[in-house]
Amino acid sequence: MTALTELTMAAARDGLARKDFSARELAEAHIAAVEAARPLNAFVTETPEQALAMAAEADARIARGAARPLEGLPLAIKDLFCTKGVLTTAGSHILDGFVPPYESTVTAQLWDAGAVMLGKTNMDEFAMGSSTTTSYYGPTENPWRRATKGAGDNRPLVPGGSSGGSAAAVAARAALGGTGTDTGGSIRQPAGFTGIVGMKPTYGRCSRWGIVAFASSLDQAGPMTRTVRDAAMLLKAMAGHDPKDSTSSPIVVPDFEAALTGDIKGLRVGIPKEYRVDGMAGEIEALWQRGIAWIKDAGAEPVEISLKMTKYALPAYYIIAPAEASSNLARYDGVRFGLRVDGKSLDEMYENTRAAGFGAEVRRRVLIGTYVLSAGYYDAYYLKAQRVRALIARDFEEAYKRVDCILTPTAPSTAFAIGDKEDDPISMYLNDVFTVPVNLAGLPGISVPSGLGADGLPLGLQVIGRAFDEETVLRVAAVIEKAAGFHCRPSPLAGEGGARRTATGG
Amino acid sequence: MALDKATVAHIATLARIKLPESEQDKIAGELSHILTWIEQLGEVDTTGVAPMTSVVAMRLPAREDVVSDGNRQADILANAPAEAHGFFTVPKVVE
Repeated sequence: MTALTELTMAAARDGLARKDFSARELAEAHIAAVEAARPLNAFVTETPEQALAMAAEADARIARGAARPLEGLPLAIKDLFCTKGVLTTAGSHILDGFVPPYESTVTAQLWDAGAVMLGKTNMDEFAMGSSTTTSYYGPTENPWRRATKGAGDNRPLVPGGSSGGSAAAVAARAALGGTGTDTGGSIRQPAGFTGIVGMKPTYGRCSRWGIVAFASSLDQAGPMTRTVRDAAMLLKAMAGHDPKDSTSSPIVVPDFEAALTGDIKGLRVGIPKEYRVDGMAGEIEALWQRGIAWIKDAGAEPVEISLKMTKYALPAYYIIAPAEASSNLARYDGVRFGLRVDGKSLDEMYENTRAAGFGAEVRRRVLIGTYVLSAGYYDAYYLKAQRVRALIARDFEEAYKRVDCILTPTAPSTAFAIGDKEDDPISMYLNDVFTVPVNLAGLPGISVPSGLGADGLPLGLQVIGRAFDEETVLRVAAVIEKAAGFHCRPSPLAGEGGARRTATGG
Repeated sequence: MALDKATVAHIATLARIKLPESEQDKIAGELSHILTWIEQLGEVDTTGVAPMTSVVAMRLPAREDVVSDGNRQADILANAPAEAHGFFTVPKVVE
């Protein structure tokens, strides 16, 4: 029998239903895998007792024929989701010791669907980053290493970010699936870097209630899994209207798995010419061309489109996201929760607490955000960015008059080494050049593992859809997944001293 | 746009983040670098374009103005760094 940690969520669901194994056995296998993966630093907090208790409940429900959609499936939860009674850090020192007295809507829905919590995963501080290196709890390591022989560069790699802990855990077979959040690419880019599937749903598809806020007009929760079918399963349980989030949409949640028909005949797929950016590696372009050939073989029609505002998406994002963050992060003042550093006056207590509690990248963004919102600069920066944002959304609206979805690379490179791109913040920001426009326009997007670069590291393709048309996105993604035949995996589990890569196909 | 040290000190005060004088030049350099990169937005003609204020076209819902939660003082204070008599406490603000 396949090791329990190698199963997809869908296969584990079927195995549990057939009573091939118990939820307890599945949980125990994953608890052991989480422990074995500790050198990756993928988890901030492990919750094995909770996992076993939830698995016991799952076994009881399966025994009486009352299994729920995710019954007994062990998941890794990004440490941005508030979990009742379990430390929630957002990767920040300023949330020291914070144990939420409530559960986020998305995780509550997962537990109501029978899922089992393995623990809380590491992330860039307050989700600000593309490398999972800005966490107060140290960097997470990608389970993949470069395929080098002899003296090549074999330094540990970043898993991408900000949802790098969940990505590393899922890629390393330490969880069947995980949750992430995506404000500018924080699900899709780490999925691309670790060879897994990651989906950002339409803004409003999943409730933001109980998720530590970064940039409220951009943040969305989404699934991180090893297959497109698993992403469909997980998204179904995460999504839905929530009266506690006024921006969550009252639209009915479809059966996303049923959308995976494999039939994309006649579908028109946009290929945006502006996504050929300067300095993009030739292998990324080659991967993109292979993706175009795959969807053509499946009977879809590629159509060249223009998203002419593409190059302005990142600068607009780096006004809007820090502006919203500077406002959202005003709540961390040392009064109601988390870290407090004393001072002689109330103001000094605030200033000392926030100086000690925020890391360098968070401080930089709060300062930028404060500046662009300050008197005299609001129109020139913030309003200008919101106007450009409207033009970016208009680009997509125009494109969707001619096409049903859009195909692009996920990121302009494969994973880079821990410590690289740290000298210039802008070089780090450029990781998200293909993902940020999707957040600005509020659209759904998915990254599908589609091949390996020359360095032996995974590469992803991104499918972008119309608002609330995750079904088409998932359907096209599944066709690409099948054509790519990506069965590569990191081996045995990476982490200190042992990372090797085994390619079994693809 | 190049930010000077005094502007950085002012922003830090607005943001309530203590920034030692020794770090102000370095931060001014970093922020100026980012703002200069951001200013390419000036190339975009946005005449007559309304700023985007809502990501998804929908009316914000309203609910009945009634108490829907409450009586959770212990929960709310459970994470407080300092509390007394059922209140959060802070350094003295009135002499």
